[in-house]
This record gives sequence, C-alpha cells and structure tokens, in this order.
Amino acid sequence: MADPSTTRRARARRTLIFAIFLVVLALLYTGYKAFGQAIDDTQRDWWVVGSFLPRSDDKNMPPVLDILAEFGEAPREGGTTIGRLTLDGALFTLREAAVGFAAGTIIGLAIAVVLLQSRRAERGVLPYVIASQTVPLIAIAPIVVVWGRTGLEFLPWEWQDWMSVSVIATYLTFFPVAVNGLRGLQSPSPEATELMQSYAASRRQVLRRLQLPASLPFLFPALRIAATASVVGAIVGEISAGVRGGLGRLILDFAGKYITGPERLYVAIIGACITGLVAVGVVAAAERLLLTRRGIVAQ
Amino acid sequence: MNAAEPQRAAGEAAQDLVLEIAGLEKTFNPGRSNAVPAISDLYLAVRPREFVSIIGPSGCGKSTLLRLVGGLIKPTGGELSVNGRTAGEARLNRDYGMVFQAAGLLDWRTALRNVELPLELMGWSKLRRRKRAKEMLELVDLGGFASHYPAELSGGMQQRVSIARALSFEPSLLLMDEPFGALDEMTREHMQAELLKIWRETATTVIFITHSIPEAVFLSTRVAVMSPRPARIAAELSIDLPERTPQTRDTEEFFRNVSLVRRTLRSVEGQ
Ligand SMILES: Nc1ncnc2c1ncn2[C@@H]1O[C@H](COP(=O)(O)OP(=O)(O)OP(=O)(O)O)[C@@H](O)[C@H]1O
Ligand SMILES: [Mg+2]
Repeated sequence: MADPSTTRRARARRTLIFAIFLVVLALLYTGYKAFGQAIDDTQRDWWVVGSFLPRSDDKNMPPVLDILAEFGEAPREGGTTIGRLTLDGALFTLREAAVGFAAGTIIGLAIAVVLLQSRRAERGVLPYVIASQTVPLIAIAPIVVVWGRTGLEFLPWEWQDWMSVSVIATYLTFFPVAVNGLRGLQSPSPEATELMQSYAASRRQVLRRLQLPASLPFLFPALRIAATASVVGAIVGEISAGVRGGLGRLILDFAGKYITGPERLYVAIIGACITGLVAVGVVAAAERLLLTRRGIVAQ
Repeated sequence: MNAAEPQRAAGEAAQDLVLEIAGLEKTFNPGRSNAVPAISDLYLAVRPREFVSIIGPSGCGKSTLLRLVGGLIKPTGGELSVNGRTAGEARLNRDYGMVFQAAGLLDWRTALRNVELPLELMGWSKLRRRKRAKEMLELVDLGGFASHYPAELSGGMQQRVSIARALSFEPSLLLMDEPFGALDEMTREHMQAELLKIWRETATTVIFITHSIPEAVFLSTRVAVMSPRPARIAAELSIDLPERTPQTRDTEEFFRNVSLVRRTLRSVEGQ
C-alpha cells in the first residue's frame, strides 16, 4: 500500500544513517586511539588508567586508514589481495550458512507443524528441542566433520567438508524457527479456526490458508536471528573443525600473523560483519516483500 | 435417525424443517468435578426462510447451542438434524454460514479475497469465485472496497465482509452469534436493515443470537427465549410486524412486541 516514493525516501534515509553510523564508529575508534596514545606517550602518571584500558598503539589498534589500505594489500608479491581473499572466504562461508539456514528453516517448520498436531506432542518434545541447544557447538563441530568424511558413503553425492559446516548452521537455525514457528501457527483466534471448520476445511487447508500465513509475523524475527546465527555458526564451525576456504580459516590464519600484521585480522572481522549483515538483509527484504501487503506497514 | 420419528409424526415431515432439535443435552467435561451442564432437554424446530432470534441470560448457553447446530462440538445427548442430516454431516456438506461477534477476517487478505476464502476451499475456479465474491460485496454495499485490507476497514465494514463471506456459498442456514454486538447503535441499526434486505433477497434461513431485545424484535419472524443454565427454550414468540423499515422502530406494534419479549425474558430469569 505504501507509496513507492516514500519507500524510496525511507530507504535513502536508512542508508544515510548507516553511513553516518560507520563514520561515527571510525571517529570513536580513532579518538580513543589518540587518547590512549597521549596517555602512553606523555603522561606517565596516568599509568593506572593506561593499565586498565586496552592498549591503543598501532600494534593493538591499527589506524583506520591502514586497515582500509590493507584490503588492497597482497600477502605475496603480485598475489591475491587481502580484500579479495576475504571476499572469497565470505562467499564460501555464506554458501555454508545459506544451505544450513535453508535446511534449518525447513526442519524447524516441520518440527513446528508436528508439535502443532497435539498438545501432548508439544509438551513431550519441546523440552528436548530446547535441550538440543545446550550442546556446545565447538565440541560437536569436529565430530560432524569426521562423521561426514567417514560415515556418509551411502549418499548419492560426495559429502564435502563445507556441508558439515552447513549442518552446524542448521543446528543453530532450526531452533528459533521451531519455537517461534509453533507460536505463530498457534496464533489464529478460536473464531478463525472454527470458521475454517465450518467451511469443512481439511487440516492441510487450515495449515496452508490460515496457520502458515498467520505464523509469518512470528517467524520473521526468528529467521533474522537464525540468519546471523547461521553465519556465526559457520565461522565457528570452520574454526573448530579445521575446514578451509571460508572466513573461519582466514580469521585463524590472520590471527596467527597478528603480531606482524594486525590490520589483516581487522579486515577479516569487517568481512564477517558484512557477511552477517548481508544474511540479515536478505531475510529483511523477504519480510518486506511478504508482509507489507497486509495493509499494516511492516517495519 | 430413528428417534426423530415421533417428531415427524407429530407435525411436518423432516424435509420441511431446516433445523430440528429434540431433547438436546450438552455437558462440558462430563463425569468430572468441573462438569458444566450447559444445555438440557432443548427442543427447537426451524422452517425454511424463517428468521429466528435466540435471546437469553448471559452465559446460559446460546453460543454453545449455535456451535452444536454448526457441528463444531458434539452434543452429549438428544437429537439434532439439519436438512435431515446430523450436524457434522451438514457441516461437511457446507450447509452453514457462520458469523461471529468478531469479524474474524484474515488480515493478510483483501476484502475480496476474504470473501473468496470458502469458495477457494470448495475448489471453485478463480474466475467463478472472483465473480461471486464481487457480487457478494455489492450485496453488502462494499463494492468499492474489494481491494482494501481489513486493517483499512471500519468495524461495521469488516462485519459486512464477514456476512458476505458467510453467504458466498449460499448456505441453507446462516448462524449468527451476536454479529452486531461490537458495533455502535447507528451502525447497528444500519446493519440490521441491511441484513433484512439480504435475508429477503437470498431466501436464507437465519438463526440469530443477540442480547438486544429491540434487535431481536426488529429482525425476527420468531424469538426463542432461553432459560438460565442449563438452557432450554423456555418460550417462543412469533413476531408479527406489518413491515420492517426504520420507521417501524417507533410504532406502537413494535413497542408492544418489545415489551412482550422483555416480560417473557424477565419471567424466565426469575424462575
Ligand atoms: N469449552 C467449554 N468448556 C467448559 N465450559 C464451557 C465451555 N464453553 C462454554 N462453557 C460454559 O457453558 C456455559 C454457556 O456458555 P455460552 O458461551 O454458550 O454462553 P452464552 O449464552 O453464549 O453467553 P454470552 O451471552 O455471554 O455470550 C457457560 O457457563 C460457560 O462457562
Ligand atoms: Mg455467547
């Protein structure tokens, strides 16, 4: 219903706010750095503060411009730039996260639909769904990778390590989708449900025409959480399982060379943030597409 | 069905009745300490094209009766048949259109698509159901609001969409549970006139639950007064008005009927 020109203006304003936010962040970083350095260099008496606060010399906090310049730097003469390495890693990780996110969403919805069928199933199974999230990710990641390498010969396609990382992302995604999805599926009023019954609607029709659409406003916040969780899960999974090719491995490599070139790690971190933002952005775009056509303008 | 035989012998053939209820019982949570006897030994018969209002003390079991008739819940005893079928069969046969106090529109569908919903479930083709839904919106004077979402409609308009939706598949019985209860007085009177117009045009049989005595008198051919819980029909009054226009509400005739229903309700409540 929203007028396209106002939407465009709103989007322009959001972009502007985000740009200002980035600039402020860079200024704060630089300002703190200058402040810390001033303490270190001149005021020896400030040692109390200096030992409390994080170190701010160039080794610990490289200047913003140096970090930006590092994007174009190549570790080996004439080789791939750090920026390019980060981009490749981000795309690799994004693929793992996306596959895991998709699988987790499907599994989460399936669980929600099954639990919807009876209160007893809900009471019996939901605690296990919740308990599943207390298993430490770092511990299961290597297990999943080894299991993937050795135990899945029966699959028609060859199992690759990145798929194991997707499994980890799935593990983090299905939970919020199942819990919020169930709440959403249960959200229609008794009147709406009785009306569907009065039209002699089948269970499947009730699910498709009433419960699923009604669950969307509950589902999207969960999907946004799941989107970041799947990216973070993929990075952590790569690191703990030693899978190469993604941002996790890159972060591990760059962390090893932190003493000689701290800027690189910052580049990788920025890359990871952008990857997470892209994932959330895709979900938010889908949400706008699906929910603004309800007369109520979605956020 | 055998137990319905005496009723048939006593009067009209079963086919002549849209609704036939004999000795109906409904107890919630039967056999438990929190058992609620809601309806007990209730009799009611409704002929085609009648407009029957049901009025009674709050919490006596009016909504329960309607949900029993609609086949949404099962009775614990007695006979209930709709067009010669059980309530459950009639529901599967889509004999009912239901309207509740809350319009119950799906807020992600436009007015038109809300009216289309039952037709969609019944497998009508897109072209056919769109045409019918448009006609129904015209019938409730909302032709110009087809593409509006419920959030963009007033309470009265939403309720009219809900009525259009209930009538869209031409049910033989329209079940309405305080459909105008949430509306202001002016809108309410307007909706009543509209409902009467629709009732005449569509030849539907209506069972209408209300708390308002003037509303019951203005709309109905017959008013059934329910007793306090466990409910039965304590009295039935035929309403004979020469015509039903906005002016009718100010006539001697109308007031006489209103006070008759009021006295009956009071005596029933006093029992
Ligand atoms: N699902 C249920 N379980 C237990 N008791 C119920 C249930 N539904 C209704 N009742 C009880 O049955 C009685 C009749 O309820 P009902 O809703 O039919 O009353 P009503 O006449 O429609 O009331 P109102 O005029 O307030 O709408 C009430 O005492 C209510 O508490
Ligand atoms: Mg009620």
